[in-house]
Amino acid sequence: MPDPRLELRGVTKSFDDAQVLKGIDMTIGQGEMVCLIGASGSGKSTLLRCMNGLEPVDDGAVLLDGLDIAEPGFDLAPIRQRIGIVFQSFNLFPHMTAFDNVCLAPRRVLGETDSALHPRVEALFERFGLGSHMHKYPDQLSGGQQQRVAVIRALAMTPQTMLFDEITSALDPELVGEVLDVLRALRDEGMTMVLATHEMGFARELADRVCFMDQGVIAEEGPPEAIFSNPKRDRTRKFLASILR
Amino acid sequence: MAARSHRRSTDQVSTRRAAYEARQRRRANVIAGVSTFGVLALLLVLVPLAPGWQAVKASFFDGEVFLRTFPGLLQAFVLDVAIFAWSVPLIFALGLAIALARGARNPALFPLRIFGAVYVDLFRGIPVVLLVYLVGFGIPGLGLPRPWNSPYIWGTVALVLTYSAYVAEVLRSGIESIHASQRNAAICLGLSERDTMRYVILPQAIRRVVPANMNMLVALQKDVALLSFIGPVEILRQAGIFKSLLANFTPYVAAAIIFLCVTVPATRYADYLLNKDRNARS
Repeated sequence: MPDPRLELRGVTKSFDDAQVLKGIDMTIGQGEMVCLIGASGSGKSTLLRCMNGLEPVDDGAVLLDGLDIAEPGFDLAPIRQRIGIVFQSFNLFPHMTAFDNVCLAPRRVLGETDSALHPRVEALFERFGLGSHMHKYPDQLSGGQQQRVAVIRALAMTPQTMLFDEITSALDPELVGEVLDVLRALRDEGMTMVLATHEMGFARELADRVCFMDQGVIAEEGPPEAIFSNPKRDRTRKFLASILR
Repeated sequence: MAARSHRRSTDQVSTRRAAYEARQRRRANVIAGVSTFGVLALLLVLVPLAPGWQAVKASFFDGEVFLRTFPGLLQAFVLDVAIFAWSVPLIFALGLAIALARGARNPALFPLRIFGAVYVDLFRGIPVVLLVYLVGFGIPGLGLPRPWNSPYIWGTVALVLTYSAYVAEVLRSGIESIHASQRNAAICLGLSERDTMRYVILPQAIRRVVPANMNMLVALQKDVALLSFIGPVEILRQAGIFKSLLANFTPYVAAAIIFLCVTVPATRYADYLLNKDRNARS
């Protein structure tokens, strides 16, 4: 068993009176791909946002490569580059071209010079089939293309772990495939990934482990075959029945 | 077969719908023309019938006075434009600084935040003309030595104080209108708060409030005339001088026309920018 990349211990999180995460324990190994499934409001997105410190957790520990980033007052800026996140709504910067979207953080945070950065970024665009689109603005791109740019933008920081928050949920059905192909490629090169997703077929095909979340806890987890074909808990069965109907 | 011929007919200009809409447009144009002509005719007939029309015409619309004073007024207007031109960069620099000060989150900068709030309350709350008097007469009254008692300087200061308070609020509303997800995306990439503001939030915020700021500039161009009260012989004061000299109000009308020549295109340009922005977002 390789060292865990990311480890959560008893993570809780409330918004006002609503407790969204009620004690999450989770270990994600290097190169592992974990899919979080569950109904809207079950805490998947919040969990992801706690994993990179975007949402401060109330209690518990979030260990990224052994470092507790949930420690109150921990300076997150230096570790952000190690853990990338892609959002459902792309969140590209609309006033910059796709290329500049990708270059901004490496230039400002990593201090890379254009001569080193530009070839690297161009190669990323080529690799994900966007070579001819990289100098367009986000509103000139389709949803699928924008989401691929968002993935490239996160990858340009050379993270070791990637979080994906329902990144295909805002896309037209015919555009979902091109984004999933990107995830497949990342999976092949051994990226550590955590996905909140509604793409059950995709989770079944590629995930090492599937976690079913319900009302702020991980109700059931295991290899995809076990979860999808032979769920042990009632609520898992109910959820899968409702979504696969 | 039938479906195909139907599709072809919609490609042509003279579909039934297009013909109907052309008919409707012609009808609307005729009605608008008749109505406009009627109102104009009424004005042209009725206004001269007013008992004081001859007197008003003689003192406000004297063609000869207009032609005689117009070049002098135009020359004086150059001063308005100059005051406007050097005020604008100061207003935007100060407005931006105040807007950023009001958004400062660092507790060490709390006094700056308070200062920003007080500044905006104070200078938005005082009528421009009053501030022009207070600053324009009050500060030189301290007995400042020669170049520093100039009404140009202190008049400009009064305009900058007032307008930067407005611009600060406009910019702040722009900054707050940028969705939190943009900030989140930037922070998650590891950008610092400062870089996030500078490269992600501000460029979008400033673009979004360009139309509002254009309106501000139009208002500023007109308010430059208020400096006439404290000395500078700009267009309004020049018109007043001509009025006293010639015992005729026509120079004021000429001055108004000169202002319109600048402010109307500027307002139209602001509308154009607003529409362009709206179309780009949709």
